[in-house]
Amino acid sequence: MTAALRVAEREVRFFRTAWRATVFSAFVAPLLYLLALGTGLGGLIDDTSGFGGATYAQFIAPGLMVGSVVQIAANAGLWPVMAGHRWIGFHRAAVSTPVSAPDVATGWLVWVAGRAAAQSAIFLVIAAVLGAIGSPAAVLSIVIAALTAVAFTAPLMAYTASVDSDQAFDPIMRVLVTPLFLFSGTFFPVSSLPMVLQWVVGVFPLWHGTELARTVSTGVDSPLHPVVHLAVVLVWVGAGWLVARRAFVRRLTP
Amino acid sequence: MSVGAEGTNTAPAGDEVLAVATGLVKRFGSFVAVNGIDFEIRRGEAFGFLGPNGAGKTSAMRMLGCTSPISDGQLRVFGLDPKRDGWKIRSRLGVVPQLDNLDIDLSVEENLYIYGRYFGLRRQELLAKVTDLLEFAQLSERRTSTVDPLSGGMKRRLTIARALINDPELILLDEPTTGLDPQARQLLWDRLWDLKSSGTSLVVTTHYMDEAEQLCDRLVIMDHGRIVDEGGPSELIARHCPREVIELRYRRPEFHERGAAAAADLGLRAESMRDRLLVYADDGDAVVPKLDVEPDSISSVLVRRSSLEDVFLTLTGRSLVEAGL
Repeated sequence: MTAALRVAEREVRFFRTAWRATVFSAFVAPLLYLLALGTGLGGLIDDTSGFGGATYAQFIAPGLMVGSVVQIAANAGLWPVMAGHRWIGFHRAAVSTPVSAPDVATGWLVWVAGRAAAQSAIFLVIAAVLGAIGSPAAVLSIVIAALTAVAFTAPLMAYTASVDSDQAFDPIMRVLVTPLFLFSGTFFPVSSLPMVLQWVVGVFPLWHGTELARTVSTGVDSPLHPVVHLAVVLVWVGAGWLVARRAFVRRLTP
Repeated sequence: MSVGAEGTNTAPAGDEVLAVATGLVKRFGSFVAVNGIDFEIRRGEAFGFLGPNGAGKTSAMRMLGCTSPISDGQLRVFGLDPKRDGWKIRSRLGVVPQLDNLDIDLSVEENLYIYGRYFGLRRQELLAKVTDLLEFAQLSERRTSTVDPLSGGMKRRLTIARALINDPELILLDEPTTGLDPQARQLLWDRLWDLKSSGTSLVVTTHYMDEAEQLCDRLVIMDHGRIVDEGGPSELIARHCPREVIELRYRRPEFHERGAAAAADLGLRAESMRDRLLVYADDGDAVVPKLDVEPDSISSVLVRRSSLEDVFLTLTGRSLVEAGL
């Protein structure tokens, strides 16, 4: 595990100079959504019965938080992994040391989880100041966001490690990640979606993470028991971690 | 290029064996990169893998470096099994890969620092070490620079400095000077000599014969994944080639052919290259007049010492450059 932490340390060091590039997608974008939709659009919504007593801003804040964390986490499973394996090769360099390929995979996920936690903690404070957080239990959603982030990064890392080009990266973000962000219960309950789409959304971890975060932040009940939501997220985390380790071994130590 | 084969290999090689391979094989699918090779690397020596591109040198190096599992045979490094104790072995190795994989996201000093952290070295310890290694690599002035603007030679020196961060017992250098201009090569050479003189064990792959001849105490010549011969550079040259080589360029192709025939008549071995004829002889100067098949048929002639290049040519029938194409 210490070897994995060294891999994460490299990312922290790089992030000291690179953090500015992520400020917009991490904080500015979700806060603009929160203001425009939560305050603006929310003012037009008369029937708030679907939000379990919460305001519309309180309803969407947890989803915005998890959704924006996941977008950054998905990105982190694509281009930077390709850079580590091929374009720059810092992962190839690492496996010449006592650090192993599984350590590299694990360390990468530690970094993703840590950054996701920090990002959601900051978002939470800002959202609380804006009155969009209903309960102190919302602190738990930091952990939920970090887990959901890993649930996205891990399988994408495995994918990246097993392909030779970044051709499909943009389509993955546009066709998979962005639509999931819009339709995974972020802005409205998924019960408004046709049943087929509800199933699609239910396969991926984002909706489950959003529902969990919303439950702890607002007390709004979810269609499924929280344990089921947590279980789905954890299955993605565990299976993703395993396939990522395996794919990293194949790529880095052929 | 005319380098004395004797007297250049000064570091004493001990008896302690650092790595031993028996019947070592590396397969990628149906492609056999390394086809059953045996070798032994001893403490304090500079050991070379000489061969053209695609001979299997890099695959052999990666197995030694425990970043590529062996497909068959046996390999022990520091007496340990790479499969079970890979990380323990790697913690005692220094690796200079063929392709620079320096971290362009980080500064020069951070490259050394983070690499040292991979070895579990403490922060305080590393700060002093980074300063020393930058001095060694003649990069102290570029300490806070990013890596990208560095020249090829500087990058390679930084990669070597990085490989020294853990005070390795054995350093693996894969084509350390390929792609560098002569001046950068010389500077890098000086560093490798320093290491060798200080008693560090080196394993070097190269397709530069002069490099192998001067630096290596012992080497294996590889071709098509196999070892075709092994020994000290002067030993190999003495075994396979007469003392000197005459390089002849004739004015016309028919002179070239007659020259080759003349060499054969003298009982000398000749290799006909595209642009020149190589004739092997113990006393080149004495032979040259006999190869001048017609007055003024030769446009240029060079008599030089036999080199490992000639050994390779003798063993495989191809020059190293041809073999790598």
